[in-house]
Amino acid sequence: MSTNAIQPVLDYDEVLESFDPVMGLEVHVELSTHTKMFCGCPTDFGAEPNTQVCPVCLGLPGALPVVNAVGVESVIRIGLALNCQIASWCRFARKNYFYPDMPKNFQTSQYDEPIAFDGYLDVEIPSRTGDGVEVFRVEIERAHMEEDTGKSLHVGGSTGRIQGADYSLLDYNRAGIPLIEIVTKPVRGAGERMPEVAKAYVAAVRELMVALDVSDARMEQGSMRCDANVSLMPKGSAQLGTRTETKNVNSLRSVERAVRYEMMRQGAILADGGTVRQETRHWHEDTGVTTAGREKSDAEDYRYFPEPDLIPIATTTEQVEALRATLPEPPGLRRKRLQGEWGYSDREMGDVVSAGAVDLIDASVAAGATPAASRKWWTGEVARRANADGKELGDYALTPAFVAELDSLVRSGRLNDSMARQVMEGVLAQEGSPTEVADARGLELVQDDSALEAAVDAVLADNAAIADKVRGGKVQAAGALIGQVMKATKGQADAAQVRALILSRLGVEG
Amino acid sequence: MSALSREQVAHLAGLARIQMTDAELDKMAGELAVILDSVAQVGEVTAQDIPPMSHPLPLTNVTRPDVVRPLDERLTAQQALSGAPAQEDGRFEVPRILSED
Repeated sequence: MSTNAIQPVLDYDEVLESFDPVMGLEVHVELSTHTKMFCGCPTDFGAEPNTQVCPVCLGLPGALPVVNAVGVESVIRIGLALNCQIASWCRFARKNYFYPDMPKNFQTSQYDEPIAFDGYLDVEIPSRTGDGVEVFRVEIERAHMEEDTGKSLHVGGSTGRIQGADYSLLDYNRAGIPLIEIVTKPVRGAGERMPEVAKAYVAAVRELMVALDVSDARMEQGSMRCDANVSLMPKGSAQLGTRTETKNVNSLRSVERAVRYEMMRQGAILADGGTVRQETRHWHEDTGVTTAGREKSDAEDYRYFPEPDLIPIATTTEQVEALRATLPEPPGLRRKRLQGEWGYSDREMGDVVSAGAVDLIDASVAAGATPAASRKWWTGEVARRANADGKELGDYALTPAFVAELDSLVRSGRLNDSMARQVMEGVLAQEGSPTEVADARGLELVQDDSALEAAVDAVLADNAAIADKVRGGKVQAAGALIGQVMKATKGQADAAQVRALILSRLGVEG
Repeated sequence: MSALSREQVAHLAGLARIQMTDAELDKMAGELAVILDSVAQVGEVTAQDIPPMSHPLPLTNVTRPDVVRPLDERLTAQQALSGAPAQEDGRFEVPRILSED
């Protein structure tokens, strides 16, 4: 298909010389309620296909939906956390379209009466000078309730994609799971930093959902998804350009890359005197490009109308204020407070945040670890693995309690750094708690002086020539002796102690 | 007089996936116009201060607790699939969604 050929792009700096980017982001968040939005079916991830369904979510004739009370509470809390107004009265609406992932042939959503509207979220991007952060305010248009669709599996064809498939298989376990759609107003004025703002915004929404405890917000599992609308406006013009909507942007990094790519692709078209087609585009993680999706002709005509089977939602000031009282400390403020308490530099805190370790460090410190040790362990090996495996820190066998235990083993002098690292390996390999790993692997600093002295004496006897050099004043030659003692004690001695012992045996001042 | 054009009827039929012949389109355009006109009479008696009604009962906030329904009040995969024209591996089988390319 010619529209899917790799398209030319304009150099990023050249795009910005001629155009101002404008962006709108739609984020879908799957709530972590026990049941679906309109029926009592469970929402567990990974269940056998079509085992979490009932007449309501399968759209069987005569089935009547009833709203999940926790779903409504959750969206109000989300709206409040996004600084939105909460509607005093609103309805659900039917969005009509035929597609196999929606067995009812409509999606229950909200149309012109979203439950939350007119808010904002302040997001942080690294400052231009590289130290500290800049705050950018993203205005929120609305947050509304709807339901997720079923999952399709495309069979046949070479790629497993919908294109070229022979037929498709549908699992409706996900159909009806509460979905909150959060839509920004057009974001302008970010210039060359637009892709960074996009990423920071999605990261901030994600962080907020986790802090509110309303969603796992895991992009890699699809419980949070992002569509990015991008357009370019000629510099000095007041008229918005034609936008494209890029779907399937399902990681923070992809959000940034997709916005940047669309700016460069549209820039090339406009600089060449062409026009951007208003269309849905698909993001391809592997190649880093977007391609044209299905044409939106009359599919756009959703014929929304108020859902007659669902009773309107009304909120009172008392109810809204009671929910406002349940809001957590805003993540940005909490980070600042914790950074102060932990004594981290901006750079250290930045590493901790990007590793997703704030809560884990908080819990580790609460369990008794020092902030420094907590940071070291959570941003070390486990973070490296999580990054490589595309997982989260909490997916491994390491826990805050284990970090505290390991730190205590180091501070009590039982383990040195290299041993502690070995214990960490063992913990990550699910060998048990730090103490269990240290015991099982026989890791313990030799603190028994007589055993250490015997090892030192043996090494001195075997290396008389080196010992003489050290006696003669070449103290640095002692390094070879220390190494041999460490080897003889299988690394279980404290190197500083070994050095002191060797020098004192040889009658040399350290 | 609410005229409904033949093109509008054809458009709606397309959206609703209803195949209609030219003769049917002509007939429906006329009949639907009559229905629209009849309903439009309501507008003659409503005042500005009466909002459009979507729900006849004065109810709000009919919700249910977030509690999973017991298994016997839901459907097994077998029951869910029992009316499906085709199935495979516990899933509903549907014809090709998009044409080639």
